[in-house]
Amino acid sequence: MIQFRHAQRLFTVGDQVVRALDDIDFDIAAGEYAAITGPSGSGKSTLLNAIGLLDRLTHGSYLLEGTDVTRLSDDELARTRREMIGFVFQFFHLVPRLTAAQNVELPLILSEVAPGERRGRVSEVLKAYGLTDRAQHRPNQLSGGQRQRVAIARATVTRPQLILADEPTGNLDRASGLDAVELLEKLNRSGITLLVVTHDPELATRAPRQIRLVDGKIVSDSGAGKSQ
Amino acid sequence: MIATDVLKFAAGSVLGYRARTLLTLLAMGIGVASVIMLTALGEGARRFVTGEFQSLGTHLLIVLPGRSETTGGPPPLLGETPRDLTLDDALALERSRAVRRIAPIAVGSAGVSYREREREVMIIGSTAAFLDVRHLKMASGRFFSTSHPRRASPVCVLGAKLKHELFGAGPAIGRWVRIGDRRFRVLGTLASEGRSIGLDLEDIAIVPVAAAQALFDSYSLFRVLVEARSDEAIPRAKRDILRIIRQRHEGEDDVTVVTQDALVATFDKIFTALTLTVAGIASISLVVAGILIMNVMLVAVSQRTTEVGLLKALGASSGAIMRVFLAEATILSLVGAAVGVAVGYAAIRFVDRAYPLLPLSMPLWAVASAVLVAMTTGLLFGVLPARRAAKLDPVAALAGR
Repeated sequence: MIQFRHAQRLFTVGDQVVRALDDIDFDIAAGEYAAITGPSGSGKSTLLNAIGLLDRLTHGSYLLEGTDVTRLSDDELARTRREMIGFVFQFFHLVPRLTAAQNVELPLILSEVAPGERRGRVSEVLKAYGLTDRAQHRPNQLSGGQRQRVAIARATVTRPQLILADEPTGNLDRASGLDAVELLEKLNRSGITLLVVTHDPELATRAPRQIRLVDGKIVSDSGAGKSQ
Repeated sequence: MIATDVLKFAAGSVLGYRARTLLTLLAMGIGVASVIMLTALGEGARRFVTGEFQSLGTHLLIVLPGRSETTGGPPPLLGETPRDLTLDDALALERSRAVRRIAPIAVGSAGVSYREREREVMIIGSTAAFLDVRHLKMASGRFFSTSHPRRASPVCVLGAKLKHELFGAGPAIGRWVRIGDRRFRVLGTLASEGRSIGLDLEDIAIVPVAAAQALFDSYSLFRVLVEARSDEAIPRAKRDILRIIRQRHEGEDDVTVVTQDALVATFDKIFTALTLTVAGIASISLVVAGILIMNVMLVAVSQRTTEVGLLKALGASSGAIMRVFLAEATILSLVGAAVGVAVGYAAIRFVDRAYPLLPLSMPLWAVASAVLVAMTTGLLFGVLPARRAAKLDPVAALAGR
């Protein structure tokens, strides 16, 4: 599903060139569950942003479902994100003035799904995540765990093929974090590809495959050569 | 994003940041209201003044002694003339077929007394035609008969206020009053007319023109009011007046003929220009309100950077982000304009009640232009923040940078 070849992401800071991703090669198969780990500044989030089409590679190629996405325009990248990718963030990124249901509805609005169908899908997803009675609550009326559930519901409401989670438990207590991870793993078991960026070793070891980055390079990949 | 969703999302943002929204609406509302209010005042002044001139009479020409000309000293309103405009001149104008009737006017000031009461007022000397030419109405009694204008009959007609001051609620008709050093019998009283072109028609006494000339010991006329037979006859009447006077004044063109239409048109032009000027000045406040919208929207973009980043992560195109912010600016301008129209309307109603003489009204063109300018400035000044939001890098925006 995902194929990176000689991928580089360079940043210029003053007169210094920082290699956030340095000649990275890896493949992720459809339905796979992988954890991307590494110390702070190792390039984990940069890699996740590149995979999620929020950022462009400086050099190298990236094929997503066989399409060379490095050649796509900004609008085409936006459409690909809408259709294929769901994001789960450490800080949830819920819109504070919208209710839980309205936050979940946002990706469907951007995808121009008809209002009637939108309502059905939102209530279906909220029910699946046990949020029906919280549908009309605003984010500040929800607990951290509930907010992350809303964020996960928002990421899955468009039925994406790939979910990218950036430190999904980083802002949650242990119980809520475990709850969020179990929800994501359940999604993976239903066939959705799941990539989780984390510096939590316990969370990383739950993934069948771990990719470790240091200074923008892959220093270990437990699934190297298996995903084709 | 479909249009209705863009509008709903933008409306949600507008409602979500109430203090910001209220301040913007206030600025835009004041701008629109001031344009409407000042335009209404200008339009009211225009209608008042032109109405005053129109109420002078119908198909009216005014003959004034003297002529506009270049002089050596400071320019007088009209050039000086060695010849007065006399009653004979005025009566000669009746020879023109284009003239329906004439009303010569002699003016002076004198004390009018009845028993122990005396009042200094303006005395107008004219003929029987004056009542019809000036469209005046009698409250009681009658006006002068159409006897010969050269006869200085000792009769008078009193304005409503003068009658009240001298006689109170008592009868005035048939009583003798003293005007200056002569006695006049009261024939009637004028209906309440208010002021007209600075002349208080309620506080005057009208006497036959020959009587006024004798009273003030002057045989020159203040002016002659001429009523043409129709609108079409006005140019011919003007030509005839100038020809007749030239013949009588040894070939000299020493009178000025002003048509009522020309007067009305001139004041109409002046007040229209004035209205447009004040509307233009007030429009500056709309531009200021537009700049405020830009500032508010720029602040909104920086306050909502992560929201923009999130929308981009969820797949919003730059165009969709831009449309959302432009829709917000448009909603703020439109609602602000509506508030302004409402405030302007209320202010006009208030002033209208406080000063009923000034015929205030909210001109439709002013409302339409104010709303259009408000929306255009709001939209134009909304472009920069919207472009800034659309160009935000999603990664940096999600990090709040």
